[in-house]
Amino acid sequence: MAWFIRSKTPKEKLKVKKINIPEGLWLKCDSCKEIIYKTELDRNFRVCPKCSFHHRMNAYERIILLTDDESFVEKDTGIYPEDPLRFRDVKRYKERLKTYTKKTGIKDAVVCGEGTLNGRNVQICAMEFGFMGGSMGSVVGEKITRAIERAVNKKNPFITVSCSGGARMQEGILSLMQMAKTSVALAQLSEAKVPYISVLADPVTGGVTASFAMLGDVIIAEPGALVGFAGPRVIEQTIKQKLPEGFQRAEFLLEHGMIDMVVHRKELKNIIDKLLTLLR
Amino acid sequence: MAGQYLDFEEPIIELEKKIAELKSLSKNNGVDFSGEIRRLHRKANRLKDSLLSRLTRWQRTQLARHPSRPYAMDYISMMTEDFMELHGDRHFGDCHSIVGGIARLEEWSVFIIGHQKGRDLKEKMYRNFGMPQPEGYRKALRLMKFAEKFGKPIITLLDTPGAYPGIGAEERGQAEAIARNLIEMANISVPIIVVVIGEGGSGGALALGVGNRVLMLEHSVYSVISPEGCAAILWEDCKKVEEAAEALCLTSDDLFKLGVIDEIIKEPLGGAHRNPAATAGILRRVLRRHLQELTSIPPKDLVEQRREKFRNMGAFKER
Ligand SMILES: [Zn+2]
Repeated sequence: MAWFIRSKTPKEKLKVKKINIPEGLWLKCDSCKEIIYKTELDRNFRVCPKCSFHHRMNAYERIILLTDDESFVEKDTGIYPEDPLRFRDVKRYKERLKTYTKKTGIKDAVVCGEGTLNGRNVQICAMEFGFMGGSMGSVVGEKITRAIERAVNKKNPFITVSCSGGARMQEGILSLMQMAKTSVALAQLSEAKVPYISVLADPVTGGVTASFAMLGDVIIAEPGALVGFAGPRVIEQTIKQKLPEGFQRAEFLLEHGMIDMVVHRKELKNIIDKLLTLLR
Repeated sequence: MAGQYLDFEEPIIELEKKIAELKSLSKNNGVDFSGEIRRLHRKANRLKDSLLSRLTRWQRTQLARHPSRPYAMDYISMMTEDFMELHGDRHFGDCHSIVGGIARLEEWSVFIIGHQKGRDLKEKMYRNFGMPQPEGYRKALRLMKFAEKFGKPIITLLDTPGAYPGIGAEERGQAEAIARNLIEMANISVPIIVVVIGEGGSGGALALGVGNRVLMLEHSVYSVISPEGCAAILWEDCKKVEEAAEALCLTSDDLFKLGVIDEIIKEPLGGAHRNPAATAGILRRVLRRHLQELTSIPPKDLVEQRREKFRNMGAFKER
């Protein structure tokens, strides 16, 4: 299982390195900064045993968490991004794509496929934050749309795990249109009366929140996940004041009626199973 | 309205001043300058044509945000009769950044919904600079369902910097309000015609943008993010707006080439703000043509066609 520590300062990095070099068995919790035994963290679904902080999982870890062993079959692996605008900022989009493909081993920011969840067939999509901040461009939009269409055709419950900074700027207006595309596909899913469970993992903002992520029949967030339309920095700059503690966190959204529940990662699969059983 | 202009419009303004001077000279002194005036008019027209065709994407963005550019309410009053504005989302409040109501447009009763910016500072504040709260989107959706109930076509006019990023907006579900409109607009069984009239700012614009037809006024822009926002994030330098605008491909020609819009609506020489009435006339004729086409399509097919249109958007490869 891949894991890494993002360090704030070089000094910190050194310290962590020193601790990790002998065995590579220890790491530091991003939240409470306590030293945790790596296997213990993995066994605990990457939730800190000391403070319950939910460390980020990659897309495949998400799928392993929610599907039965060896049941998952990935779909649409042949789809990969092009560069319709020949976009270039300080770096070329093409270069960024190469870098992230190398880093994550996948071609874009979502993994989709079918598998079983406690024995029942489901269509599942998990976003990969490590690929350009989980941003949604044409590939993400197309793969999610195809997964929804499979869910409609096979009458399989549809599950997404969102973890994304929003629409991908490098594909311009085409990224924006993916919000409409995925939402329009969900209209068909709704007509087919197939359940859609949307799971929100830290963070979900922008165009992903403002499209399929907020359209679940049931919306479940992980504890502490940041979920919003605008990012906190943008809001602070606009209103020129500090944001209240806990603003845009999962518990805040629950309190404001925007989501159905906040669920600990180790309960997630069973909660979804219960829901789907009751809805059958 | 003609009082404000952008720096690249200066040569046009200079010529127009000269024409006005000559006109008052001939009136006051009885000297005939009409030949000269005609010559200057022709020159001004050529200049408008050539100046606006050579603008950079950043200048086009500025033109789309031109302080004298007609807003939704201007088009509504110039294009329609008997507009009855309707208010409120029936849940929380009435957002002034989105206006909507019923009106007569030629032979049709239509629902018109649009983002509304303000002209002077007081109105700008009242309209929250055209940045809607969730209530605005929910009001829009209420009106669209109202239109559907009575089988009336819907016209939306897009012109916003974006949905408002504020504490209250987040608390009341800005993201949900936008997402809800996207899915619900896929279900509406009456014709929906979307027109970008100025600034199509990201999700805040798209929330009124799922139509059977998506049209853009020639000098409007439509983008996933503002050039300012893009520059700040990707270049980490707010001054790189020109580069960001270039990279984003946000003009009407760009979007037409990308297959996102159906039609570019030509503006009068010099842009909509130089002749709002003529622009409204052009827009009305275009809308009439689309209304004629769409009102003869069965409701089921309208829904199907709209879904198909957005299903096919995007550019990717597959092997
Ligand atoms: Zn911890």
